[in-house]
Amino acid sequence: MPTLALIVAFLATMLAFTFLAGVGSASADEIDTDKYQYRISGNVQLDGKPLENIALTIAGNGVDTTVKTDKNGQWAVGVPEKNATYTVALDENTLPTGIAVVNDADATDETPNIKDAEVGPGGRVTVNFFIGEGERHVTSFADQLVERIVNGLRFGLMLALAAVGISLVYGTTGLSNFAHGEMVTFGAVMTLVFSRGVGLPIYLAVPIALVLSGFIGYVMDAGLWRPLRRRRTGIVQLMIVSIGLSLAARYTFQYFIGGSTTQLVGADQRPIQLFGSVSMSIIDMVSVVISIVVIVAFAMWLLFTRIGKATRAISDNPSLAAASGIDVDRVVRIVWIISSALAGLAGVLYAYYRPGIKWDMGAEFLLLLFAAVTLGGLGTAFGALIGAVVIGLIVEVSTLWIPADLKFAAPLLVLIIILLFRPQGILGRRERVG
Amino acid sequence: MDWIQILSNSASSIISPATLAYALAALGLAVHFGFAGLLNMGIAGFMAIGAYGYAIGILTFGLPWWAAALLGLVASAVFALILGIPTLRLRGDYLAIVTIAAAEVLRLLFLTTAFDKVTGSADGLFGYHASFRASNPIPEGTYGFGPWEYREVDWWVRILGIIALILAIITVWRLMASPWGRVLKGIREDEEAVRALGKNVFGYKLTALVVGGVIAAAGGIVYALPSSVNPGVYVTSLTFFVYTALLLGGAATVFGPVIGSLIFWVLQTVLGNVLPAAVQAGYLPFMTSIQAQTLKFILVGIALMLIVIFRPQGILGNKKELTFVK
Repeated sequence: MPTLALIVAFLATMLAFTFLAGVGSASADEIDTDKYQYRISGNVQLDGKPLENIALTIAGNGVDTTVKTDKNGQWAVGVPEKNATYTVALDENTLPTGIAVVNDADATDETPNIKDAEVGPGGRVTVNFFIGEGERHVTSFADQLVERIVNGLRFGLMLALAAVGISLVYGTTGLSNFAHGEMVTFGAVMTLVFSRGVGLPIYLAVPIALVLSGFIGYVMDAGLWRPLRRRRTGIVQLMIVSIGLSLAARYTFQYFIGGSTTQLVGADQRPIQLFGSVSMSIIDMVSVVISIVVIVAFAMWLLFTRIGKATRAISDNPSLAAASGIDVDRVVRIVWIISSALAGLAGVLYAYYRPGIKWDMGAEFLLLLFAAVTLGGLGTAFGALIGAVVIGLIVEVSTLWIPADLKFAAPLLVLIIILLFRPQGILGRRERVG
Repeated sequence: MDWIQILSNSASSIISPATLAYALAALGLAVHFGFAGLLNMGIAGFMAIGAYGYAIGILTFGLPWWAAALLGLVASAVFALILGIPTLRLRGDYLAIVTIAAAEVLRLLFLTTAFDKVTGSADGLFGYHASFRASNPIPEGTYGFGPWEYREVDWWVRILGIIALILAIITVWRLMASPWGRVLKGIREDEEAVRALGKNVFGYKLTALVVGGVIAAAGGIVYALPSSVNPGVYVTSLTFFVYTALLLGGAATVFGPVIGSLIFWVLQTVLGNVLPAAVQAGYLPFMTSIQAQTLKFILVGIALMLIVIFRPQGILGNKKELTFVK
């Protein structure tokens, strides 16, 4: 009987899975090795004796994992990409007292406890540290804080690019756009298509991707949102339509680029040490400059141009704006194009920041966007800007105290707490609360 | 294509634990969204609380399975209170953002390696079945006919799931026919009017959040009963899928969520079987079988949009009854 055979086969598979999973988790020294096929591993020893419970952090290419050695001093971490470089940092605070990571006889590395591990074509690499008596290389708390603040500002400015867009759309149309995350992914994916796919240099691929992002914004407004506004669809209905759109778009990306992470050109650039423990690659610095320039230009546009003023008027009171002769449909169309292009730009920068492009990268970005926008006050563009920078800082600085895999939880928790005391957000007006 | 096999799989999915779990979750969401008008986007969080409460109750506290299930339900009631007291004052779209954020925080807490000993972090939890299987009164063997032929363990899961679902349906049905339910629907239609009548709107909303949350947590437990608890399941997509099932059937109805979940899973099974088979048979030459699996989720998204635009009241709903909350 085919059904019975199927059930037996299914149960056998389940049993095999349970068994495999049991083996995998028996030792806490192996992380993600069954999730990814490539691995970085090592062995921490002092004069031939294994050291247990030494913490190592492996970061890069979207990975940020902390692993502890087992009683044989061994550890292993699965990583998603080969032919890529990861940094492996040994936490010297977990070594026995008086023991530290020391340099090779002739090397003069200032931080021998941090190493670059290049996973070659074989997909496997071993990283070992020289351990002996010596002085520890601990970054001072102040240096760490400065580094985190710089990274947080960088992340916050990038978040702001997308946040002002989602906020303007909300202000002018009342839509909480759940598909904004996919507009972020769209920019990154289009850059990938035109740089890796078509073979254009990155400085041409990015502008083309941004133009296409703006165009997609226009198409979405003309093809979906404007007809729905005409039908006078309620805002909750619109919100659920945007959820459907987000699901469809997200899986469409997966359909075309698959489930893996792909890097943009130049994502493997070496960081340059700037001051203290702050280091950035050229692309990182360019990203920061672009974010600042674009945000300032956007603020100028919103404050001083006719369309910008009209946009703010509509956010304030749509009927009054329409009555005083503003073409609401035209302004909303422009708002969609601009916010979609800004989201696309945020996507490109986020692809370098994570780093890597993945089909659901926008989904993880979306909740932070909502947090930023709600924190600043729904519908106020400048509130969204401030909210985004605050969220960026919380994400990065919180990792000084909480585990790195909880860094996206911290801003969401802060959001919930702030809404308790100031439900209208930082710059929002009191009447916005129901 | 092996049509017999595809039909058999699809028919079998009618009483699969996943369908029963979605039906329970959608019913809980119907209490929140359909009847009380609360835009709860964190239903995945309630399901996660139920599933993790059940598994942790057995693995960490060594409870028998029924006590662990009870722990999952109580935990979700507590979660509803913690979530509700601060957020129910907020307007609809703020509530949506806060609940989706709370569910995500919860998932990240289950996922982090910091609590690995209790939550199993990325591996999730498994191997908690002994007590549940020992309680099975059905003697060993295979029962049923045609597509519905299962071993005694699988029947035990399904029977309990169906009992839980029937209890939940009766509870929701009686509650919504009671004065309490009428006040709740009044709040959905016009909160101010109900407040003007001297009702404690906040109290009604909070009770609705707890009742719906407990039913959704029961869904999470049924989902966890036969297999394992995996943090990758309780993502925001799960919330959206439950919304799709709910809106398909009809948000402000008692049987809508059940019918919706049933259709959702039968269609998922049909598509999940037909599309890869069509690719292998060469009918869709431009597609790989992995892409064919992805296609069914694209279709879920499109279906959700079409339902909300063209039939917001769902299959069973009454257009007059469900005006979406303003």
